[in-house]
Formats: sequence, structure tokens, C-alpha cells
Amino acid sequence: MSSNTVSTTTSDKEPGGAPAGFEGDRRDDTSLGGIVRGYVDRIRGGDLGALPAVLGIVVLGILFAALRPETFLTPLNITNLLVQAVPITILAMGLVFVLLLGEIDLSAGVVSGVAAAVMAQLLAEAGAPWYVAVLAAIVTGAVIGLFTGSLVGVIGIPSFVVTLALFLGWQGVTLRLIGQGGTVPVRDPVIIGVSNQNLPVVLGWVLALAVVLVYAALQLNRLRRQRSRGLASEPTVIVVGRIVIIAAVTLGITALLSIDRALSAAVDLAGIPYAVPLVVVLLLVLTFVLGRTSFGRHVYAVGGNAEAARRAGINVTRIRVSVFVIASTLAAISGIAAASRLGSVTPGSGAGNTLLYAVGAAVIGGTSLFGGRGRVRDALLGGLVVAIIANGLGLLGVQAYLNFIITGGVLLLAASVDALARRRAAATGH
Amino acid sequence: MSAPTASADDGTSTTTPTLELRDVNKSFGAVQVLHGVSMKVYPGQVTALVGDNGAGKSTLIKSIAGIHAIDAGEFLFEGRPVTVAGPREAAALGIEVVYQDLALCDNLDVVQNMFLGRERRNGILLDEASMEQAARDTLTKLSVRTLKSVRQLVSSLSGGQRQTVAIAKAVLWESKLVILDEPTAALGVAQTRQVLDLVRRLADTGHAVVFISHNMVDVFEVADRVAALYLGRMAADVPISQVDRSQVIELITAGRSGELGLQSAVAEVGA
Ligand SMILES: Nc1ncnc2c1ncn2[C@@H]1O[C@H](COP(=O)(O)OP(=O)(O)O)[C@@H](O)[C@H]1O
Ligand SMILES: [Mg+2]
Repeated sequence: MSSNTVSTTTSDKEPGGAPAGFEGDRRDDTSLGGIVRGYVDRIRGGDLGALPAVLGIVVLGILFAALRPETFLTPLNITNLLVQAVPITILAMGLVFVLLLGEIDLSAGVVSGVAAAVMAQLLAEAGAPWYVAVLAAIVTGAVIGLFTGSLVGVIGIPSFVVTLALFLGWQGVTLRLIGQGGTVPVRDPVIIGVSNQNLPVVLGWVLALAVVLVYAALQLNRLRRQRSRGLASEPTVIVVGRIVIIAAVTLGITALLSIDRALSAAVDLAGIPYAVPLVVVLLLVLTFVLGRTSFGRHVYAVGGNAEAARRAGINVTRIRVSVFVIASTLAAISGIAAASRLGSVTPGSGAGNTLLYAVGAAVIGGTSLFGGRGRVRDALLGGLVVAIIANGLGLLGVQAYLNFIITGGVLLLAASVDALARRRAAATGH
Repeated sequence: MSAPTASADDGTSTTTPTLELRDVNKSFGAVQVLHGVSMKVYPGQVTALVGDNGAGKSTLIKSIAGIHAIDAGEFLFEGRPVTVAGPREAAALGIEVVYQDLALCDNLDVVQNMFLGRERRNGILLDEASMEQAARDTLTKLSVRTLKSVRQLVSSLSGGQRQTVAIAKAVLWESKLVILDEPTAALGVAQTRQVLDLVRRLADTGHAVVFISHNMVDVFEVADRVAALYLGRMAADVPISQVDRSQVIELITAGRSGELGLQSAVAEVGA
């Protein structure tokens, strides 16, 4: 009875000395044809990735630039657009976690309102310092998420029902906090500054360069390690291409935001609004959590096959509860960002179509409503699409009714693409 | 009134069975499903567990895997009496089960599935490189040649490949006993071939293997022993060399075959 286990420790093979099989892992198909073929295969299999969102950004950008050439593509409007996208994007980032489990949180929008109301009242009534108010808002979000998550994960009520009930309930709480017809102004300079103050131009460039360099270093280092150990890796062209795109977008936006966009020559208005690095930091942290930790892995597993996850010893209830905590916590941050942009909190904060915009952003970005597929960056890409639509329609001066119809139509379109991609994937066995 | 079983031994009588069950009873409410089941599973051998639908095969393996608690009887693992109170304890002993529905996550790749729930980490970071390496080594040692990439999503695999991944996942974990519930039921000819080869290699690498199947061709091809359940009773647990195909079919359908099997009285009581 000597070795009755297959050793899982060290490999006795020389790296790269391909054992039988797995030839797909060792291919470095650098021919353009091969790469295009691989990509087309993936799309055929139903994995559209960032394609719809990127197409949306480009097409809508061209459309609005053509319709409003003198206003849409100006540095001032682009800055507005980005700041407009921030609350939706942050809300959508949290929803990605919930959607990954195939659940929904219809209350996330109004939770952002409750959290913002808590912050505003602490600032206005209690005269609390900004950090206390912000912390209180975030804790409010987390506690609300724990409540929602327990109702869904522990008691087992469908999330649709729980969060539909809470969608109404929390609006009542915000109304109580703010008062009928009331508006609580937010005047704290730090909080207002998040959306209305800019990084010094030089600092903006330093940060942008740092992001690009660190990203490139991490990507290339990983590729080198994978190659040297004979592990599966992507073709070099793909990795380099991705670095180039990230660098171009980061530096391009930095350049655009570094142009003086003041309407009068007398003042200087340039630099990246603080809200932008806030989104970048959240994007990096959450992407890390989802992609590089076992918690993130377990979120995908529960979304893909909850029974398999349970048998693998994963605490499915804990995962269910925690995604709602994450969603509500990010909703609170989103509420703070919205209050910072608007300078006030009203009973309607986070209500109306806020949630729909955020769900739309996640889905447009490529997160599936059926669970198991999605990334944090989807929220950013989709958030930009939603913000471009809102901003562009605003510049065109379309009437409110049309605005509703168009935005609803875009969400339906994204959901259809999601459903078709899923059917496609099932049909092709991808 | 435990069912007498004809247990003749070959060379295995000197080896300690990896798993031995003695007089195991299991009821669901008023319905007794397992009646005094005894069984021996040896290292390096494939034991085919056969029986008609409803005979209690799945119930038996779920009891072994700690999913059902048994009402009476003894479990010996490598000669030591043990109690298996849950799937985690079964896994800790070195018992891995590949269920009929496989339980893989379609949206994760092969490596991610193999390590699901037991990821290797570097601090809080997943140690992808070491997991991929170990998955590769396991698949290579099992001579799995059909996968294009260990980073392929499981959703893109064929039925046979999925079965292969599920089996390799079980083997990754220092497992001593691997139980496979109808691994070839849904497969075509070529894929069945691959899986049977893999089952054989599992035993050849020293694992004790329990293989549930309805297919006599498969059973006679890979099994060293055959254990036949008849209405919750062990009709026979014998080296496969001592029976032929028609005898096994008789054991499955009637609980006895000539000298082998349950005494007719018991068989009738059961029927
Ligand atoms: N959880 C359960 N509760 C009640 N009866 C069960 C349960 N599981 C199995 N049984 C019964 O036990 C008997 C054996 O079932 P099973 O072990 O699935 O048989 P097999 O796998 O051999 O087809 C069947 O009559 C089945 O109805
Ligand atoms: Mg069964």
C-alpha cells in the first residue's frame, strides 16, 4: 500500500516540456488571423465581453458629437459627463456582486438615498465633521445590506420580493429623515469637493502615469512567470494590446481633463475631478476581491452552480449575505457621491430611475442577469454608456417623456443581448 | 436476520480493506432502505456496485460520504472503526465522491473547479500558479489527454471531459477511496472508453474505487470485485472472477443465483 495518492506537490517535468495534451495552453498564436479567430469564437460562444459597451460608447459618442458638435465633445462637457457617471457606476459596481449570484437588489438606489440622508442630517443638524458623517452613511449602508442579505440568504425570501418591499420601505425612511418636501443642503467643502474640485494637474499626470506603469508591470510580470513555469498564458500581442489600450485611455482622459475648461478666460479650471480617482480606486479594490481572492472565486461558484458550491464546502449563505452587504455599502458611497454632485439631499434621492440606470449599466457592461458572469469593470463601461445617453439627450433638449422611453429601451436592448448570448452559449456548449 | 452473503475471498483476504461496512441499516422514516449491508472495498481494486433502480446504491454511497447518518452498523476505514458525521469528515478521511450530476461550475475553468472550496492561497491572494501546476500534474498522471487547456471553461467541455475533470478533482485530494455514481451513464462509446480507462488507472495508482454501473460490459471490463444490492440487502460481494455475467444479472434481478446470493426465504421476504 505504498503511494495511493496522486502527488499534488512538485512537478518533476521540466517547464515547457509539454506533457501530453493541453496544447491550447502552450500556443502563442501571434498571427492576426489566430487572434481574430479566437475572439470570434468567444463571441460566437456567447461571451461578448466588453464589446457591446465599447461599441455603445463609440457609436453614441459619434452620434452626439455629430448632433451637438459645439457642446458635446468639449472638455467641460466631458468632465461633467464623467462626474455624472460616478454615482451610477459606483451603485452598479455593488450590483455586479448581487447579479453574479443571479439575485437582484431593487432597493440599492433608495439605500443610497437613506445613507445620503443620514450623512446630510449629521452634517446639518448635529454639525458632525465630514468623516463622521461619511462613516455613518457607510455603516448605515452595510447594516442595511446585512438586513437585506439575511432576509434573502438566511430566511430564504426571493431577493426580488425582499428588495421590492424595501424599495418602498426605505423611501419612507428617507422621507422621515428629510421631511416632506424638504431639502437638506450639503455644504461641507470636503464632500462637495469630491465632485466639484480637481486634482492639481501635475498630480493628475503623476497618478495617471503611475497607474499605467504599475498595470503594465503587473501584466508583463505575470506573463513572464506563466511562461517560465509552463503555465497557460495569453498570446503576447493580447497582453501588450491591453496595456496599450489602458495606457491610451488613461493618458488620453488625463490630457483632456488637464485642458483649461473654464468658460471665462479670467479663471483656471483644469485637472481630474476627485470623484474620478475615487472610482478608479473602487474599481481596483473590487476587481482584486472578485478576481484574486477565494471570496471572489466563491461568489462566481455560487452564481454558477450553488449546489456544487455547497458540496465543495462553501458556505453559500454567507456568500449570499455578503454580496448584499457589499451592494448596500457601495450604494451608500454612491449616495455620498450623488449628494456631493448635487449639493443636497431630498426625499427623492436615489429613488425614481436611479436603480434602473445602475442595473442597466451593469448589464450593458456585460454582467449577466442570470448569474455567474460579470466583472466590476462592466459597471464602469456601462455607467459611461448610461451617462453619455443622459448627457447627450440633455444637450439635445429632448423632452422628459422621450428620455424615459429611450433609456428604458436601452436597458431592454442590453437585457435582450444578455439573454440571447446565454442561449447562444447553451447552444454551442460554451 | 442479517442477510447472509456469500463472500469468498481471493488474494485480498490478507489485505486490510480500505473500507469495510458491517451490518449497516438505514431507514427513511418508516421505510427501511438498507438491511444489514456488509461490504469490503480494497485498495488498488475497482469494486462494482450493482443493483436495480431503487436497490439502495445511492443511499449506500451517501451514507459512506456522510450525507446520510446510518441507523445501525459499523464503518471501518483502513481497519479502524470510524463515524462519518458529514461530507467534510468523509473528505478528511480520504473519501471522495463523484456524484451522478458531477457538481461542476460551468462558469469556472478546469483548475478553478478542481480546487473549488479548497483554494491554495498566498496570504489573501489565490495562488493560481501552484493550483494550475497541481491540476496539470494530476491530469497528466491520470494520462488525461483529451483536454485542450486546463484554463478552459467547464461549460465548453464534452460530457466525457466533464466526467474526467470531476474524477481528477476527486483524486487531487490525497483521496484513498473514490466513489463514482454511474460515471458512464450519459456518455457515448468513445467517451465511455476514456472514463473506463481512467477508472482503471485510479485503481492502478492505489486508490480503492467503488464504481456504480448498470452496464454489465463496463462492469466486467474494469471491476475486480462485484457487490450486488437487492432490495437493500447485499446479495453478494465477491471477486469478479467467481461470477459470470448471467449470474450477476440474476443477483440483480432475483437476489440469488445458484449457490450465491440471499437465501430464498430472505429473497422472498424482501420481494
Ligand atoms: N431521502 C429519501 N427519503 C426517503 N426515501 C428515500 C430517500 N432516498 C432514497 N429513498 C428510497 O430508498 C430506496 C433506494 O433508493 P436509491 O438509494 O436512490 O436507489 P438506487 O440508487 O439503487 O437506484 C428507494 O426506494 C428510494 O425511494
Ligand atoms: Mg442512484
